[in-house]
Amino acid sequence: MFLSATKSTGLRSFARITSQSINFSSALGRVNSRALLSSLVYVEHKNKIIDPASLNTLYAATKFGGPVSALVAGSDAQQVAAQVAQLEGVEKVIVANNPVFDHERAEIMAPLLAAVQKNTNATHVLASHSSVGKRILPRFAALIDSQQISDIIEIQNESTFVRPIYAGNALETVQSSDQIKVITVRSTAFPQVATKDSASPIEDTSAPEVSAKSNWVGEEVIKGDRPDLASAKIVVSGGRAVKSVEGFEIIQKLADKLGGAVGASRAAVDAGYCDNSLQVGQTGKIVAPNLYIAIGISGAIQHLAGMKDSKVIVAINKDADSPIFQVADYGLVGDLFTIVPELTEKI
Amino acid sequence: MKILVGVKRVVDYAVKIRVNSAKTAVETANVKHSINPFDEIAVEEAVRLREKLPKGSVSEIVALSCGPAKCSEVLRTALAMGADRAIHVEVPQNTTLEPLIVAKLFSAVAKKENPSLIIMGKQAIDDDACQTGQMLAGLLDYPQANFVAKLDVADNKVTASCEIDGGLETVECEMPAIITTDLRLNEPRYATLPNIMKAKKKPLDKLTPADLKVDIISKLKVLKVEEPAKRKAGIMVGSVEELIKKLRDEAKVL
Repeated sequence: MFLSATKSTGLRSFARITSQSINFSSALGRVNSRALLSSLVYVEHKNKIIDPASLNTLYAATKFGGPVSALVAGSDAQQVAAQVAQLEGVEKVIVANNPVFDHERAEIMAPLLAAVQKNTNATHVLASHSSVGKRILPRFAALIDSQQISDIIEIQNESTFVRPIYAGNALETVQSSDQIKVITVRSTAFPQVATKDSASPIEDTSAPEVSAKSNWVGEEVIKGDRPDLASAKIVVSGGRAVKSVEGFEIIQKLADKLGGAVGASRAAVDAGYCDNSLQVGQTGKIVAPNLYIAIGISGAIQHLAGMKDSKVIVAINKDADSPIFQVADYGLVGDLFTIVPELTEKI
Repeated sequence: MKILVGVKRVVDYAVKIRVNSAKTAVETANVKHSINPFDEIAVEEAVRLREKLPKGSVSEIVALSCGPAKCSEVLRTALAMGADRAIHVEVPQNTTLEPLIVAKLFSAVAKKENPSLIIMGKQAIDDDACQTGQMLAGLLDYPQANFVAKLDVADNKVTASCEIDGGLETVECEMPAIITTDLRLNEPRYATLPNIMKAKKKPLDKLTPADLKVDIISKLKVLKVEEPAKRKAGIMVGSVEELIKKLRDEAKVL
């Protein structure tokens, strides 16, 4: 399937893997099985910048102990690969520099992943549980007949993982019997990899031939100066009680004053007060900032699923019985239209 | 054009779930179940396509569910919403059906039925896996559009507006194709009483995994299910000043 397949360097790479494993052996499991482990991480990028969630996913991959390879694909892949090569824990960067990989269509990416997995003999294939990771990885998992483990928040050993189910109201510990583990990672549950002084080798790979029956037409991406919602240290969210687009502006003003990101409940999004991509919850973004300020949000199960791992939660709501107050560290009962401007002014 | 729609029976979204005392699973006995909300949107979209496209374009809407006997309830709901016919791949109570297996069962049914379009929910609200539609697309080698917020079908092609992390993206897929629904796609209708009555007369075929030549094997072993750590009780503050002081001095997040 590959035009130029990469050969492993036999004994030497085996020796390297083994010494690597011994370094990590105190962390997890047995040394013997560890020696055969290796991970492949699908790195997302846009406008020549590595997606921040991929840095968390790379960190998760280093927890297995074996060597970590990173796959970068797309027409800017070469430039991104140079950045990825500088990341701690990445031993090899595999580049598929070809515009066919732009826009990350699952149809094209799944066969590429399957080919690279085969070449690298990766035992673990990981991607972020982002909109891209979610569409690509299960298709790849089906191609290699592996039952994916989605949205993991903890790695217990090379085959045992913890993941939330039922909107985060229960945590399930699962053990996979698949030879190749296909995993999506909840970025807020793992730290990001740091950069290192040296650069790891970068290796080219070519694309398996795929005739796609889909076409990317275009996108509307919300641009702004605010930090990215999923990785922001502070998030200020508004709910139905902001009442209007104008009402939502006071949420944005407070966020700007704090240098934070803006989030929203489903009610605010559905009512058209803000963009869909701001939705926090089971079906929107999962965030875990240092400070989450929920304004005019009642705290439905589905919203809590997206923010209850925040370090400090503040709730501002006029209804003292709102469920949000049960998870809030600090609650203030009152009218958001007077409290929020006052808070913005005094903070 | 024939449309195949996937529906899953799940614990109702409004139920506050409990983990069983043995910490092996979530308590599901005597708990209200209903159709997975994303699947309800999938059924609605299929019915709307029939209403929207020229008369006769959508020849048939087939609803498919895999699971124990009670799954027939959610299939009846789909029939009451406007599906024409239902297929139930029945497995014994307490059989674990992982997404890959469901995708294989769906794939086997799809190969018999030859639908032009398969509509599935983006994820089930119980296992939150978000895999089945994508896996099915891989198994059938169909193009896929995920997290669809807007759908147009014309000239043997679907044009879908999909929710992505930063906004929206538009993709076109040749049919046969698979789409998975996002919340914003539509507002599902309520089944009216006359339609619920009519649904009882619509055909509901039962199949077994053996009929479809799919082995039910679990690749994931659930070792434990537990409740997440409870947050410690918070405090109520009386003023904005007090809140700012607490955030600065006590929580040290400002």
